[in-house]
This record gives sequence, structure tokens and C-alpha cells, in this order.
Amino acid sequence: MNKIETQNLNLFYGHFQALIDVNAAIEEKRITALIGPSGCGKSTFLRTLNRMNDLIDGVRITGKVIIDGEDIYGDKTDLVVLRKKVGMVFQRPNPFPLSVFDNIAYGPRIHGMNDRGELEEIVESSLSQVELWDALKDRLDRSALRLSLEQQQRLCIARLVAVTPNIVLMDEPCSALDPVATGKIEELMFELKKRYTIVIVTHNMQQAARVSDCAGFMLLGKLVEFGETEQVFTAPKDKRTEEYITGRYG
Amino acid sequence: MKISSQTKQKIAFTLLGAAAVLVIVPVIVIFAILIEKGLPAINWQFLTAMPRMGMRAGGIFPAIMGTMYLVLGTIVVALPLGVLAAIYLVEYARQNWLTRMIEVAIVNLAGVPSVVYGLFGMGLFVIFLRFGASILAGSLTLAIMILPVIITASKEALSSVPRSFREASLALGVSKWQTIRCVVLPNALPGILTGTILGISRAAGETAPILFTVAAFYLPRLPKSVFDQCMALPYHLYVLSTQVPNVNPKIQYGTALVLVGLVFLLNLVAIITRSYIRSKKQW
Ligand SMILES: Nc1ncnc2c1ncn2[C@@H]1O[C@H](COP(=O)(O)OP(=O)(O)O)[C@@H](O)[C@H]1O
Ligand SMILES: [Mg+2]
Repeated sequence: MNKIETQNLNLFYGHFQALIDVNAAIEEKRITALIGPSGCGKSTFLRTLNRMNDLIDGVRITGKVIIDGEDIYGDKTDLVVLRKKVGMVFQRPNPFPLSVFDNIAYGPRIHGMNDRGELEEIVESSLSQVELWDALKDRLDRSALRLSLEQQQRLCIARLVAVTPNIVLMDEPCSALDPVATGKIEELMFELKKRYTIVIVTHNMQQAARVSDCAGFMLLGKLVEFGETEQVFTAPKDKRTEEYITGRYG
Repeated sequence: MKISSQTKQKIAFTLLGAAAVLVIVPVIVIFAILIEKGLPAINWQFLTAMPRMGMRAGGIFPAIMGTMYLVLGTIVVALPLGVLAAIYLVEYARQNWLTRMIEVAIVNLAGVPSVVYGLFGMGLFVIFLRFGASILAGSLTLAIMILPVIITASKEALSSVPRSFREASLALGVSKWQTIRCVVLPNALPGILTGTILGISRAAGETAPILFTVAAFYLPRLPKSVFDQCMALPYHLYVLSTQVPNVNPKIQYGTALVLVGLVFLLNLVAIITRSYIRSKKQW
């Protein structure tokens, strides 16, 4: 079954239509990459999946986004439950100005967990999942802002892992990182794929080709092409996809 | 005669420097005079005793305590109200004519002369709400006077908290209100506190707002409840200087020094807090 399915999804910022009839089917425990030129609506699409666009004034959405069989834009949706289930990693690492421990414990604490022992377990397992535990286990009380950017981005992933999501959205998670750090985050994504469904936005085509199982190409608000990464990159059905991949767009 | 641009620049710098010095000269002179003439009056007894002999002798204890009570009352009212208003304006209000009206009103309130606040406070709290001249009425009046300062400072502090913190929190399934409480407010607190202290130091020094709402001419005991009148430093100074004949100037200067010292201390706390927090701030 598809983990996420969008049906005729349209999104308007005021009068400007940023998403046009997007139909995508994202499979469980795979990495789906979205590529396309800047401004084509990749971030916008990603943010419809955890309803982060709700925060922006004047946004109007039509169509359906079905996650685990339920339309998240339906009346019954609890935003807290939805956003716990669908976590998000941002373009720039954005840890809170708190200690490493408090960053990770932030979510569980707010969602009602107060037992110190349990929190410690969560912190350990979350940090282990992003392979930071060994590096940081003696420095949990250190400010998260003093970590390297790569470690900060890992920490942000650990922070959301701590609230037990099953989908992880990543919006250009490596754009603030150098190539070595980028490579390490990509390796991490392969690890995470075993547990989570990952949707990643990137404007780096090599990255999409390297990490993803499925890929979608967006252009001017439309999902022009969507399929297995292999097929999208070697035998695109749409001429525009081919032009983009062979580098004829910016 | 032709003046080279080098010379012109020198003249300009000299003039600008002179202007800057001119600004601090009055401050230094005032302090010097106050300290020279007021310091001899200040001793433990002056600070802790009741005034005697029609305020011509004894201490200024009730005036100091009165100002403390008023400052406290003002904080209790103005801080929560101001912060809540700022939260509403920054986090919740949509950009529409109502919001703009509120913002214009706040700017204008900041410019209203303090005597107008005094008369307003008398009309509303003392007479209409029947609080009488009391600490309650005085604190409320002072609170309204410094609300614009607190709201403006809090708004700035709240908006300077990076959007990315809010997004990170919301994306973890944390509600908007919890995000404000747990992420935005703690990070805005330093700015809010600085603004509050600056507002409070203004409230501590003003005479007009307390004149009709709380200040007692001569009341050599401490108030027992918020419905009592009390003495207050600025008003006491005014009384000593203009209403009581044959007061030893030492007492006048001493009182002025205590008042200025208190306000100065509050400002200093604000400045130190701000620079301490700036040095610790990491984002
Ligand atoms: N908050 C917003 N208000 C209005 N227009 C927006 C907003 N956010 C994005 N857009 C517009 O929507 C389009 C898609 O933006 P975005 O999803 O950020 O693109 P991408 O992530 O692919 O670069 C762009 O044309 C952008 O200008
Ligand atoms: Mg983007």
C-alpha cells in the first residue's frame, strides 16, 4: 500500500497557484526524491505533507493528501498527531539554543514524558540512530549550537526521531553542508530507510540519483514525471525531464 | 581663502565630538552637584527612619518604600498585560486595519504627557472605580503609562526569535501556544526584561501620574493594603522643594540623590542584563 498519496492536489498562495494537480504515490520505507528547478514548488509540496503550509496566511488547498489511508486535510485530522507522525528536516540545521540532551528531549517532554530514565533512553536511542551517540555521549549538556553543521543536522534528525515519526520529510537537508558531510548524511539516509519513509527535496540531481528509489520531477507547480529513480534518470517519459536531467535548465 | 577637505573634515569631527560631549556634560554636572550636596545627608537613619518635624528632619523611609510598592504594583500589572499584548500582536494578529489601529494607538500612547495619564488615572481608578487615592490606583496608572514601552520592547524581542525555532517546534507536533511558551518566550525573555526595567525606571521617577492617584503629602507610616495611600520619592522631593518652608537643603539634595540613584540603578541593571545576554546569545 502507498504510504502517502496525493490526489489532484492544488495549492494557492493568494492568487498564485504553486501546485497544480499533483498526483503522487509514495511507497513505504523507500526514499523518494523530488527534483526540479528552484521555485517549482518542491518545498511547497513537501510542506503540504505535514500541513506546515497552514501557518502561512492566505494559503488555499484543494484535493487530497492521503497518509495511511486517511485524508490529512479532512476534518478529523489532529495536527499534533499528524506532525508527530510526519517529521521534517529543514534546509538549515535548526537546533534550539539548548543542550544536546534538551534538544532531543524537547519533543517527548512536551508530549508528556517526564521520567528522567525514560528520557535518557530516548536520547540514547535517538542519537544512536543518527550515529551521534558515540561522539556526544559525554557532552550531552553541551550547547547544540556549538556542534558542527553536519552534527547539528544529525541532531535535528535525532530530535524528530525522538517523537517516533514514520515519515521523514527532508527539504534540501545537505545544502548547508560540505561534500564530505553531505556524503555522511546520505549514508545515514540509507540507514534510516529501514525504519522510515523518506521524502527528500533536492536540487542536486546527483544526490537524487544516488540516494533515491523513486523520483519525481517538478516544473512550474506540476509533477511532470514520477517513477522509479532508475527509469526517471535513464529513460524519462517526458521530454522536459530529459532536458532538465541533461542540464538544459538552470 | 580655500579650506582643504582635510581641514574641513577635522572641523566637522571636532564639532561632532563637541556635540557628543555637550550631551553628557549636563548629566555629569547634575550627578556631581547631587553627590556633593546630597551625600552628606545620606546615612542609615536617613534611609530607614520616618520623617519628623513636618519633614524637616528624620528620614525618607516611607517615601522609599512607597516607591518600591508602586514599582512592584506596576510590574505586576504591566508586565503580564504588555507581554500578552505583544504575543498577540506578533504571533496571532493578522495584518488588517484593526492590528494597524492597535499599533498606531501604542505609538501614540507612548507620546502622551504623563500628567494626562495622571488625570486619566484619577478619573477612572480613583473616582469612577472608587479605588480612592491608593497604591492600586497609582500602580494601575503607572502601568498604563509604561505599557507602550513594554509592548514595544516585547514585540521586538519576540520578532527577533528566529522563525526556524518556531518551525522546528511546530514540525514536532508541538502546538502553537506550547511553541510560544517553550521556545519563543524563553528566547525573548532577555529583551522583554530589559524593556520592562527601562519602563519601570521611568515609572519610578514620574510625579504627575501619582500626584492625583496615590501620593500622600505627609504620611509617616507604611501603607497596610493596596487601598492605602503612600508617600513616593518623586512627589516627596517636589513637596520638600516647593511646599515646605525652611527645609535644610541637605535633605532636599539627599532625597534627590536617592531618587536619581534608584533610577540609575534600575537602568544599570537593564544595561548589564542586556550586555550579559548579548554575550551569551548564540544565534
Ligand atoms: N509564502 C509564500 N507566499 C507566496 N508565494 C510563495 C510562498 N512560498 C513560496 N511561494 C512561491 O511558490 C513557488 C514555489 O516555491 P517553493 O515551493 O519554495 O519552490 P522550491 O522549493 O521548488 O524552490 C515559488 O514561485 C515561490 O515564489
Ligand atoms: Mg525550496
